Amino acid sequence: MADKLHFSLVSPAKEVFSGEVDHVIAPGSEGEFGVLVNHAPFMTTLKNGVVRVLENGTTKMRIFVRGGFADVTSEGLTILAEEARLLEDVTAASVQEEIDATLLKIQSLDKDDSARIALQEHFDYLESLKAALVH
Amino acid sequence: MPSLKDLKNRISSVKSTRKITKAMQMVAAAKLKRAQEAATASRPYAERMASVLANLSASAGAGGPKLLTGTGSEDTHLIVVLTAERGLAGGFNTYVVKLAKQKIGELRAEGKTVKILTVGKKGREQLSREYGDMFVGHIDLSGVKGGDFSESAISLGKKLTSDFDAGEFDVATLIYSQFKNVLSQVPTAQQLIPASMPAEAEEAKLGNALYIYEPSEEGILETLLPRYINTQILSALLESAAGEQASRMTAMDNATNNAGEMIDSLSLQYNRARQAQITKELIEIISGAEAL
Repeated sequence: MADKLHFSLVSPAKEVFSGEVDHVIAPGSEGEFGVLVNHAPFMTTLKNGVVRVLENGTTKMRIFVRGGFADVTSEGLTILAEEARLLEDVTAASVQEEIDATLLKIQSLDKDDSARIALQEHFDYLESLKAALVH
Repeated sequence: MPSLKDLKNRISSVKSTRKITKAMQMVAAAKLKRAQEAATASRPYAERMASVLANLSASAGAGGPKLLTGTGSEDTHLIVVLTAERGLAGGFNTYVVKLAKQKIGELRAEGKTVKILTVGKKGREQLSREYGDMFVGHIDLSGVKGGDFSESAISLGKKLTSDFDAGEFDVATLIYSQFKNVLSQVPTAQQLIPASMPAEAEEAKLGNALYIYEPSEEGILETLLPRYINTQILSALLESAAGEQASRMTAMDNATNNAGEMIDSLSLQYNRARQAQITKELIEIISGAEAL
């Protein structure tokens, strides 16, 4: 039995992370949960929030995800996120820029346009990402 | 026999055509690389998604949501035809349209109602002549910048699921060009709704392990299924984009070669004609001199 948890986080754009870690804490829709190795099979939806990867009790990496799923099997933890970004890669200023750009795009579209709904979700994600950066 | 001037004009026109096709080939090659990378990058997500869904649906059984089990009837079919925005890509668009026509023909022969949704301008152009009255919509891809299809995929997915909920159709099939490799793109028909599981994902399930579900199995399925459909659409869009560039690259390579051959044969003709004229002029001078 391996004493490390295999963790992979994928978004439609790319595989954000894949490797062996000690401990992962993820924002489940019904509350935050932690996953260690040999966790029971578990599946949940996620809400917008920070996924923390812990190594030796200290946070090694923080990834901000939008929605998606966590799937824990005997093989490890897989998180499927709609969008994911490493927190260290973004700054409050760059997020603010994106928020403004998205807002402009939303305003240019019709109210019942389906693309607008998709953009709205992206906008909410950016807003909560900004909030996470401030803290 | 064309005159020397005509030949010269034709040679220079073919030469500039060759320059254009050569440039288009190089542009396509550069774009292909990016498109291919994007298609490969999205694959792990799609695969994981499929295996998660296979796990879930195996334990959900018959009581699952409609997106998985269908409406119970299959009278109205929606055919989503995914083609490129631009032509000059060999048979790329034509093959997709051909498969779509075949599929539509089959369904109509069975007496089903067929509705068509086109994605990409070329498919609409080619299908509207014959099936204009069956169109229910069109999605334009010309606004997509730099191969970022995620927004188009999500909006198409949303449209499909909401139309499905409204009872507009029973079965949705996506027809697109699957990217096998640079030399071969295979037109494929893939059923989107009710969601179909890839065969290999079925094997990946973990012997019906006892899962803990949060919030509930149905709740997860309900959020997962629309996303699964979006993911399938997204990977189809990406593969189609890669295929388009690959197909254009090959087509333009052929065109460049053909133009080269044409230039060779025209140059030969030109040189012969020139020689013939020189000979003629010489004969005229000599016979003129002899007459004196």
